[in-house]
Amino acid sequence: MASTGTTSTPVRQVPGLPEDAAGQGDRPIDPNRPPLDERRPGGRTGRRVRRGLVIAALVAMSFVFLYPFAWLLAASLKGRGQVFDNSLWPSEFHWGNYVRVFDELPLGNWMINSVGIAVLAAVSVAVSSSLVAWGFAHFRFPLRGFLFGLVLATMMLPGAVTMIPIYLIWKELGFLGTWVPLFGANLFGSAFYIFLQRQFYLGLPRELFEAARIDGANQWRTYWRIVFPLSLPSFIIVLLFEFQASWNNLQAALIYLNAGSPEDFTAPLGIAYAMTRYSPTAGGQGDYQYVMVAALLVTLPMLALFAFGQRYFIEGVATQGRKG
Amino acid sequence: MTQLRADAAPAVAPSSRAARKRRTPKVPYNRREALAGYLFISPWIVGFLVFTAGAMIYSLVISFSHYNLATNTARPAGLDNYAQLFSDPRVATSLANTLFYAVLAVPLEILVALALASLLNQAGRGAGFFRTVYYLPKMTPAVATAAVFFLLLNGNTGAINQFLRIFGIEGPQWLVDPAWIKPSIVMMTLWGVSGTMVIFLAALKNVPRELYEVAELDGAGVWQRFRNITLPMISSAIFFNVIVLSIAAFQVFDQAYLLFWRDQSNASPEASLFYAIYLFQQAFRQFNFGFAAAMAWLLFLIIMVITAIQMKFGNRFVYYEGGRD
Repeated sequence: MASTGTTSTPVRQVPGLPEDAAGQGDRPIDPNRPPLDERRPGGRTGRRVRRGLVIAALVAMSFVFLYPFAWLLAASLKGRGQVFDNSLWPSEFHWGNYVRVFDELPLGNWMINSVGIAVLAAVSVAVSSSLVAWGFAHFRFPLRGFLFGLVLATMMLPGAVTMIPIYLIWKELGFLGTWVPLFGANLFGSAFYIFLQRQFYLGLPRELFEAARIDGANQWRTYWRIVFPLSLPSFIIVLLFEFQASWNNLQAALIYLNAGSPEDFTAPLGIAYAMTRYSPTAGGQGDYQYVMVAALLVTLPMLALFAFGQRYFIEGVATQGRKG
Repeated sequence: MTQLRADAAPAVAPSSRAARKRRTPKVPYNRREALAGYLFISPWIVGFLVFTAGAMIYSLVISFSHYNLATNTARPAGLDNYAQLFSDPRVATSLANTLFYAVLAVPLEILVALALASLLNQAGRGAGFFRTVYYLPKMTPAVATAAVFFLLLNGNTGAINQFLRIFGIEGPQWLVDPAWIKPSIVMMTLWGVSGTMVIFLAALKNVPRELYEVAELDGAGVWQRFRNITLPMISSAIFFNVIVLSIAAFQVFDQAYLLFWRDQSNASPEASLFYAIYLFQQAFRQFNFGFAAAMAWLLFLIIMVITAIQMKFGNRFVYYEGGRD
């Protein structure tokens, strides 16, 4: 409820109203003055204290959220014996971990595989969902409402129900052990993204496309030349979301790639493999520093993605809450 | 494909719904336009027929058969697989574990996310910075989270118990003691609670400030304002998050798999056997496709029932701006 001070209050917007509506008429009109609730008599110090408490709580929570990252970074630079010591400053910096990990584990392959699959998954789902969304948003055709209801209904379906038949389909088509099952279904659009992009299209002024029609552009040209460029923001949201979803996808990799050789794994599957490989109970040596290097290197691309597209992520998540 | 995000919040303002209906004229469809529309949505139609509708029917058929993967043949099983759902004690175990996890995780996620969102909403200029920091765990792949927490939660050497020792508390053997396994996974889930938080933050920003100002002039305290203004105004966001988080909780897999079930030893504690884990094992370790398909349908049924109950219950307290239609 404390605000940045630029938020307008209803009192301020009423012209001609005496300024001392809040009982502090002695102060000159200041465009940056705090809103009404901070101008109550005696309210200011209380607000300041409260605000201080809020900031203190936020800082404290920041430590909770950041500690595992700091811990991970430190652990990735430690030797075998020190990984468990919880010190955030390694007693000895093993920079070589970052080189040796690539000999120990086919981490480079995992990253390349994961990037390749994630790019294919993201691009295919963004393009297909965009086309479908435009179809639902712009054209009138029989059963449109019913079909769109079906799109939304598919979001309720747990993946487990279709997991086995889809596996059998890919098996029948000879795609087991390839990348295809990890992005193939994305070529046909995905419900949430269709919903998200349709929302965006519904917000575009219809006259724009009718003008293009009069100029003689066909539907495809209209979509490609006008709609697609305009919808780039929602397109980017879908790309980023799906890239992340694909990058994190452990289960599909387990189903389709686990039987192959470790070089063909994706990053999440690789981490699972590495955990077992170094686990003392499975005969490993407890070299968890390599697992930590791998975990860090697998996380970094996501942090980079967030640094680049933070507002798209936040907007996309907030859209989820608004749907329906 | 996304399965977790349910379409839950029926928050369309009734006025706009009515307006849309009015706008649709009762003229015959333009044939060329309709054709173009079908062409644009044709990828989804094909995908739906194959990967959703077709797969569902196929899954149903498989659930009534004994499927032999080696020969790709299925022989009818009648209700055997469904009967096995009741006779196999591990189905009950995994269901109980999952339910326990959901009941623990969902309310905590809601509370923590709402508390964080409220704090952020009062942070003023610094909010953007803290939001970024809080969102980082959400960007971390579940496997990386699990790998780190695997060591943080170690009962003897882990940082969490080391921290507790400062206060003279000897923490539990998080990942070994059956009683603490699910709370451990809840902790990991809570570390990534920021997605839910962002949805709450968006809802909180939509609450008109005037309401608070008027209430404050009327002498309403912090709690009263929260109870009588914030809570009703963000109730549809709470409702949405409860439904989505519940559905996700019923499919919890990654962390449990990575921590307990990645090597196929039988030493894994039963307390970590979640429904999705057992289903996955039955499907892709044992290749009992028929039984696994039956398990999947049971999961679907449970999720539907729980969602339906939540919707029925939720409609009673969710406040829709402009009234209900």
